[in-house]
Amino acid sequence: MTRFLALTILCLATTTAMARDVYQQPQEFITQVFAGNPPQPQLLWITKTLNQDIQEILGHELGVLRIRYWQHGGKTAWILEETGKEQLITTGLVVNNGKIDQLKVLIYRESRGMEVRHPFFTDQFKDAYLQTNKQLDRSIDGISGATVSVRALTKLARLALFLHHHVNAAP
Amino acid sequence: MYPHAKLAYLLSLSVFSYAPFLYAANKPTSLEELSDAIQELEQKVGMTAAMAGNGGSNTVMQPSKTHLGGYGELHYNNLDSGSEIDFHRFVLFIGHKFSDRIRLHSELEMEHSIAGEGQNGEVELEQAYIDIDINDNATVRTGLFLIPVGIINETHEPPVFYGVERNPVENNIIPATWWEGGVGVNGELAPGWGYDVAVTSGLESTDYRPRGGRNKVSEASAENLAYTGRVKWTGMPGTEIAATIQLQDDITQETDPTAGSATLFETHAIVNRGPATVKVLYAAWDLDGTGPASVGRDEQTGWYVEPSYKVIEKVGVFVRYNEWDNDAGSASTAGTKRKQTNIGANYWPHEDVVFKFDLLDQGGAIDDEGFNLGVGYQF
Repeated sequence: MTRFLALTILCLATTTAMARDVYQQPQEFITQVFAGNPPQPQLLWITKTLNQDIQEILGHELGVLRIRYWQHGGKTAWILEETGKEQLITTGLVVNNGKIDQLKVLIYRESRGMEVRHPFFTDQFKDAYLQTNKQLDRSIDGISGATVSVRALTKLARLALFLHHHVNAAP
Repeated sequence: MYPHAKLAYLLSLSVFSYAPFLYAANKPTSLEELSDAIQELEQKVGMTAAMAGNGGSNTVMQPSKTHLGGYGELHYNNLDSGSEIDFHRFVLFIGHKFSDRIRLHSELEMEHSIAGEGQNGEVELEQAYIDIDINDNATVRTGLFLIPVGIINETHEPPVFYGVERNPVENNIIPATWWEGGVGVNGELAPGWGYDVAVTSGLESTDYRPRGGRNKVSEASAENLAYTGRVKWTGMPGTEIAATIQLQDDITQETDPTAGSATLFETHAIVNRGPATVKVLYAAWDLDGTGPASVGRDEQTGWYVEPSYKVIEKVGVFVRYNEWDNDAGSASTAGTKRKQTNIGANYWPHEDVVFKFDLLDQGGAIDDEGFNLGVGYQF
């Protein structure tokens, strides 16, 4: 038994070494979203009123002065971050005509709950839209042991949808 | 305030404090010039924010490398056997990220409010381990950690489960909360397939019951180690199916020549669809040797099923039926099997704060009934 366990550990530990956290660099994500030709980024300044709405979604202030985003026609792309249990989860989100087109975990730094990065989980957000109460139109089925990460990604989806509406409604 | 935020604030102040002078010196004479001046000012503020540390990205304020968390729960039990109020658990987590690959996680728990000689409570170190990421699929865990088994052994913050008290099957059979010292590896075999393997200290039981055999890594005997393996599938949102097996040569740590090897098998499933969730768990110990067989503890089994439903986002109701028997190897289990049913509700005024209520009815080899109230939190 001991030999078997040692062999298992050895096999797992000596597989190809690579950075654990980064699944895709944010800039690569943006380039991919816009088929290799991303538009110039735009800045959304976080006003006091906007910050109140953001706080309603996240449960806390965003903590930045402005957010950079990319827009082409009815499509916007966002790189947003939220703290899971202890560490930030960096997420790329694409909103197309008011619906989530893509949600992708780009950098995951938590020690548990990394299952949320897989498409079998993130595909649940596809075509989700925001209701008037700033909640998604659907419930997101969670992953046991990853409750906080699931909650963080759900908040980021709501935030991206809200900001998409905000920049498109702005005069 | 975070250092970067402070710097941004000071630099922004400096830009804005110069703005009136710049404006006076180059006073715009038309709307177009005024618009240009505003744009220029925005660019300066943007550059200032970038210089302040977030490089122009949307990166929010970085969490500290050292993280503090915790949870706690107060229980009130009103049962036929007596009434009691107890601050059951007060727990503090301290984590530290040494680097992107190396992390510390620790959990210090105080049970029953007050500890010391002659007191009811105790202070326990429940977790203190170092995680080192070897690659994308493997993290080596070394130290004192929770055994990867069951539903609540590793995740038991009050807001994440129903019922004031934790379920009796995992308490008495597994036995949760169960931690040992040793080394293990965990990670993913494939998308949705998680694994854990560990070599740890083992139980040291004098009556063949697992719960009393937890040495809690306190100058614990290490004559006989335990080998644990778990496979977990979470390949479908809202679904978890897992199985754990643990082998120990001797759960008496060679203090009882009539005891043999011991094997724990546990499996569970969690299915969550929208507001509805069902959890089901089965656990069984198989103890070799004439000693355990002579008292009917060569087999110890238990299972429970718990359907629940979130009526609204902040309120959920549940029912849980439990059966367990630490003397299941007896000739007749009629006098040893224990049963418990809980029916109740959770109310979350905040996602990390919960108020709980449940009715309890016991049967079989035990007999009690009443209700429980509780409040819990995590952060």
